Amino acid sequence: MTEMTGTLNLVGYGLAAIGPGLAVGMIFSAYINGVARQPEARSVLQPIAFLGFAMAEALALFGLVLAFVL
Amino acid sequence: MRSITSFRAEGNEFIPPSSKDFVLPPIFGENEFTTKPIFLVLLSVVLLSVFFLIASRKAAIVPSKLQFAGESVYAYVRNDLGKDIIGHEFMRFVPYLFTLFTFILVNNWFGIIPMLQFPTMSRISFAYVLGIITFVVFHYVGIRHHGIFKYLKDILFMPGVPKPVYILLTPIEVATYLIVRPLTISLRLFANMFAGHLLLMIFILGGEHLLQGAIGLKLVSPFAFAFGIALTFFELLVQCLQAYIFTLLTALYIGGALADEH
Repeated sequence: MTEMTGTLNLVGYGLAAIGPGLAVGMIFSAYINGVARQPEARSVLQPIAFLGFAMAEALALFGLVLAFVL
Repeated sequence: MRSITSFRAEGNEFIPPSSKDFVLPPIFGENEFTTKPIFLVLLSVVLLSVFFLIASRKAAIVPSKLQFAGESVYAYVRNDLGKDIIGHEFMRFVPYLFTLFTFILVNNWFGIIPMLQFPTMSRISFAYVLGIITFVVFHYVGIRHHGIFKYLKDILFMPGVPKPVYILLTPIEVATYLIVRPLTISLRLFANMFAGHLLLMIFILGGEHLLQGAIGLKLVSPFAFAFGIALTFFELLVQCLQAYIFTLLTALYIGGALADEH
């Protein structure tokens, strides 16, 4: 057996990224649904969708920072 | 550069590229001010200035191809990012948004332009500076528009919320406005450029390493290169998207600071 080296931080980050990943998927699925049902609502929905996406992705970014810092 | 030489020196063992490969040595002498990213930023400023000066120099009603290219970028930022999101006062912020969008876009493109191939924003300090500028701009705009007390009151005590909720909401809002927004807007840009560049390095250097292995490994190495090329196009998409998201979020924050109710 060869010895494995590295840090478990990255495994932790992978686990932590599941949540934001699901969140981003759900936000955009709702956005696509909304635009598909009512195409003229696109310009109203777009900023909301991207703001929600930014907030959800912030959590993944905190995980990334912690994976490198800790 | 470093990783190619380092893994060749090791012989057979493949050393995967790491975050150390982003720390480039200075080009002239021994200081920290002449590294590649700094020259790339200067190059991007020169390229953008020259392009838009030429594109707007002989403005005509029937535009030339160059003028059309310049104007469509401008119109895109003005209408889709400015007018739709900020609202009726958008014209004051179009110069900032336009500069931000083109600057980030060109600096991201450097990541896949042959011979340059280093996204400037994969060094976090550049992304931090852009985040700090946006942070200052949207708070300044909000304070100028509402006056400092009303602006702070709207942030600290969001109107239309039952009083006990403020115990939870006020710390979250303060953290959002002071820490989370400037931090995430720069980190998002940095992390995407960093991860994308690392991914390309892994596939290209891995393909090169496979080429030096046994005959079976030589046969699979073209697949690694092909995937590297495919990912380069994916990176092009990500780079445009990140420039768009940075500008969009800046516009959203400015629009939020200008809005009469938060």
